[in-house]
Amino acid sequence: MDLIADHISHRFGKLAVLDDVSFTVSAGEVVAIVGPSGCGKSTLLSILGGLLRPDEGAAELRGAPPADSLNPLTFVFQDSALLPWSTVEENVEFPLLHTALTAAERRAVIDDALLRTGLVDFRTTYPKQLSGGMRQRVGIARALAVRPAILLMDEPLSALDSQTRELLMEDFVRLLADGAMGAVYVTHNLEEAVRLADRVVVLSRRPGRIREIVTIPMMRAERGGSGARAQMVSLQGELWSLIRNEAIDAEREVQHA
Amino acid sequence: MLDRAAPDTKEESTERRRPVAFRGAGFTPDNGRYVGSITLALVVAVWQLAGSSGWVNPLFLPAPSAIAVALYKLATSGALWQHLWWSLLRIGAGWIIGTAAGVITGFAIGLSTMARGVGITFISALFPIPKIALLPLLILWLGIGEEPKIATIALGVFFSTAISVYSGVDAVPRNLIRMAQSFNVPFHAIVRRVIWPGALPSILAGFRITASVALLLVVSAEMIGAQFGIGAFVLQAGNLLQTDQLLAGVVILSLFGLAVGKLINWMEARLLHWR
Repeated sequence: MDLIADHISHRFGKLAVLDDVSFTVSAGEVVAIVGPSGCGKSTLLSILGGLLRPDEGAAELRGAPPADSLNPLTFVFQDSALLPWSTVEENVEFPLLHTALTAAERRAVIDDALLRTGLVDFRTTYPKQLSGGMRQRVGIARALAVRPAILLMDEPLSALDSQTRELLMEDFVRLLADGAMGAVYVTHNLEEAVRLADRVVVLSRRPGRIREIVTIPMMRAERGGSGARAQMVSLQGELWSLIRNEAIDAEREVQHA
Repeated sequence: MLDRAAPDTKEESTERRRPVAFRGAGFTPDNGRYVGSITLALVVAVWQLAGSSGWVNPLFLPAPSAIAVALYKLATSGALWQHLWWSLLRIGAGWIIGTAAGVITGFAIGLSTMARGVGITFISALFPIPKIALLPLLILWLGIGEEPKIATIALGVFFSTAISVYSGVDAVPRNLIRMAQSFNVPFHAIVRRVIWPGALPSILAGFRITASVALLLVVSAEMIGAQFGIGAFVLQAGNLLQTDQLLAGVVILSLFGLAVGKLINWMEARLLHWR
């Protein structure tokens, strides 16, 4: 199943946020979206995931979703968006409660999701008892439970410390390794974009337009190794050179706002 | 390879060392549970001493022992239970009706644009009215019986409940609702599993307020027109200058307020344990 951004434009009142954004996320592909602050990255993700109606253009799907997918387009939110009154297990079960799954099938799905995210020992724990990284893991487990075709990740690591970020990045690489699941990964962190994405969509400052779409010329599995470090840094440098001047302008604009 | 630094071996200076002054004291008051109880016991003891020694006229301020005796006599004669029964009946009926209507209205205002527009206008206009002022009108509409007293309490409870419920619904983090929508969770399930528990802290805080409102209104309504009830009893005792009985009635009201507070604490501990 492909996800297509078809000439998407959007305004908030008088403020134009996105202008004629088009690209396609193919099945199993990981596309990162980067750009200066306020360029409409998260707005674009909300439109792609059907949480916001664009003023112009459309988000479209092409091809059938996997037969067993309960929610083909599934978000992983920046703040993990867990129900604080529910345990880890109940949070993972939440999106399954209104599906056709039986209680036994739900149990199996939850067990699998908790196993894949290393949360088996935290079933009955409440979100407030968990660290930021563990909370985000629960958000990922919940997303995996509905067997998505495409994960829509909105800066999932931005609120975490660097060590936790590194650990979760390794988890993402592992989860996306077999190509069964695609992803749109919104981030302001170029290292994350280069590490995870097959292609990087670079947006201009507000209103966000596509400035460039960069293909990462390395296998994802190779990127974590020390041998690839120089090339990774070089790719980050190229991306940074694309957005640097506009990032400075955007920062000044925010400060003057 | 990491270049590991050696432990700090710098020679100590001969200059005199002094401690860093602690500046972080205060602004962390403790509950002081025992201090409160001890102070209360001391106040009651001084009060009793003042009464037994004849320092104050018992007509103006009966001693705690006299109030206790009055309470005992009221309990053994059965009058206490009769008055208490009528007050509880009125409070219970008025609170349940007002709360049910307030919860429904509050949710409607929190979830529907139409209901919000209409509801907030009416609530803003009617909430400031002291509800006891409506009792004569309610007597005219509903007759001389229990109905106008119950309706007065229900009205008082309704407005506070509606406000606390829609404030609670408004306070539910929008990201949780968007999260549920992103998983195609149906509307009714979002209300039941996201909005209701999210609004519950505000709703329970509202219960605490409406319990006090109901107590205030039942006493006022019973003072205006009732034969039985704690309010009627306090008024009669005052008219007959039986201040020991009057204060016995006040003690009962205080105990009722404390009991309701404890009940809500218990409900919060049970329902909001996740906080």
